Amino acid sequence: MIFGIPIQALLGQLLVGLINGSFYAMLSLGLAIIFGLLRIINFAHGALYMLGAFIGYLLLVRLGIGYWPALVLVPLVVGLFGMAVERLALSRLYRLDPLYGLLFTFGLALVIEGVFRYYYGVSGNPYAVPALLAGGTNLGFMFLPNYRGWVVVASLIVCIGTWLLIEKTRLGSYLRAATENPELVQAFGVNVPLLLTLTYGLGAALAGLAGILAAPVYQVSPLMGSDLIIVVFAVVVVGGMGSIMGAIVTGYMLGLAEGLTKVFYPEASNLVVFVIMAIVLLLRPAGLFGRDA
Amino acid sequence: MSEATLHQERAAASLRLERTLIALAIVALIAAPFVVYPIFVMKMLCFALFACAFNLLLGYTGLLSFGHAAFFGGAAYFCAYAVKAWGWPPEAAILLGTAGAACMGLLMGFLAIRRQGIYFSMITLALAQMFYFFCVQAPFTEGEDGIQGVARGTLFGVVDLGVTLNMYFFVLGVFLIGVFAIWRIVHSPFGMILRSIRENENRAVSLGYSVGRYKLAAFVMSAALAGLAGATKAIVFQFATLTDVTWQMSGEVILMTLLGGIGTMAGPAVGAGLVVALENTLATSGFPVTIATGLIFMICVLIFRRGIVGEIYAKWLRRAEAGSNN
Repeated sequence: MIFGIPIQALLGQLLVGLINGSFYAMLSLGLAIIFGLLRIINFAHGALYMLGAFIGYLLLVRLGIGYWPALVLVPLVVGLFGMAVERLALSRLYRLDPLYGLLFTFGLALVIEGVFRYYYGVSGNPYAVPALLAGGTNLGFMFLPNYRGWVVVASLIVCIGTWLLIEKTRLGSYLRAATENPELVQAFGVNVPLLLTLTYGLGAALAGLAGILAAPVYQVSPLMGSDLIIVVFAVVVVGGMGSIMGAIVTGYMLGLAEGLTKVFYPEASNLVVFVIMAIVLLLRPAGLFGRDA
Repeated sequence: MSEATLHQERAAASLRLERTLIALAIVALIAAPFVVYPIFVMKMLCFALFACAFNLLLGYTGLLSFGHAAFFGGAAYFCAYAVKAWGWPPEAAILLGTAGAACMGLLMGFLAIRRQGIYFSMITLALAQMFYFFCVQAPFTEGEDGIQGVARGTLFGVVDLGVTLNMYFFVLGVFLIGVFAIWRIVHSPFGMILRSIRENENRAVSLGYSVGRYKLAAFVMSAALAGLAGATKAIVFQFATLTDVTWQMSGEVILMTLLGGIGTMAGPAVGAGLVVALENTLATSGFPVTIATGLIFMICVLIFRRGIVGEIYAKWLRRAEAGSNN
């Protein structure tokens, strides 16, 4: 017992918080990468996450393609979709006020969500946990469903992998250079427009991957993305979009904070991320890891 | 012709156009309830005022708030509660709703102006979502049902708002007062400073204006007027529900402004009329509204950024210039 709360309940909610935090981290990571290079806040990020979950669900129901192949196929499809969007539309908006990028992706999110709502209604569709990860493990102090453990591990791998890709590889160095000064990088012979397309595709693929990972945890529903994206925006405000690592760490931290609140004051669990955002804005307006105000 | 006179010509031409449009619109609005279903026009007027209030911030200060539903829907709740629980007359309840929205605007604005640009939009969105969750749980909003059966009451103890035409002309009066207030704000020295902040914030700072205070003042005024629209809507429809505080509602008011023309006086009202009419049409057709609004958003951003009224202005100005050159 800690503060009158059974330790099992506390750990259980912390696990839920960690799971939520994993998705916050993956999504805010994608948002930060896209914002870094394209200067666009991708409002469609939640819709792409939902798209990922739905494509996974449809692959299973319509074509009988299971979870593991979907884990590769879904990010590929969502990434290609994102690249098409960038080529056809977003690339025309770079010279304008960044607000237009936000408004365009907002419209895109409404359309994607509207299409799925029209054909599949608003009720959730269950997606079975893959056989390999069914059941759970008794850790002695608590019972851990295997799939949830896998989500935490997978999201850590994805986040660290993306961080390494950007900080340690040649492609990543082009990307960081183009963030600082696109004209100069272009003058050195790097194809910056292609880099922009790939970046948006990578961000979209990350959202899609988060979606298929989320499918067995939450119900697959057309509304699953839009509620999440607003919380992720708050996470991004808290973390500041200046650093990739900042986005990841803030995502996990706020997920855990939400889990803790569920134990001690459940009524406020929806609000806590926003309250933390307000406090951070008061004390440190640039965000915890932010460089630019 | 020198730059300065050309500029004056342009300003004069756009003022002439504005005056003509306004006169035409007022005549049309007085005649409207005898031709069209009055409730429908009242809905348009409430949303038109909401969009004009929103445009005060986006069009004239350059701040994109993604949380204006909080003021619109919040004021509707305050107003409906004052009428139903305390038996307040409609004019007092509407004023309470407006004041409540202004207070919320002060709080939200104070936090949101601490960051600029795109972050400002995300903060307003997050704070409005927080208010939405608050409304879902707070007992006074009556949760999913909303506050229903709000009596329209008697205006100043004399005019029975239960009569549809009385209600209509009251709403028209509120709308005109609200739009007039916005017009005065925009064309005052204060409005000029707001526009200078929109054009070049750093220069406004270096000229010695405390930009933060001006932004906050604009935010509070915009919130209060959005609240006026929301509170009036609550009296017209006799209920206040969660729909008006959702992020979709914040998106809708952006769409109205974008479609009509950001930074024009008449644009948001025109956009609001069109969006309300479109939603009414689609509601019976079975085609999902979100897909339609999403598509309009995308088209407006890609090829139609000036909006309908903005395009008309641009055409008119070109003609006026061509005329003065001959």
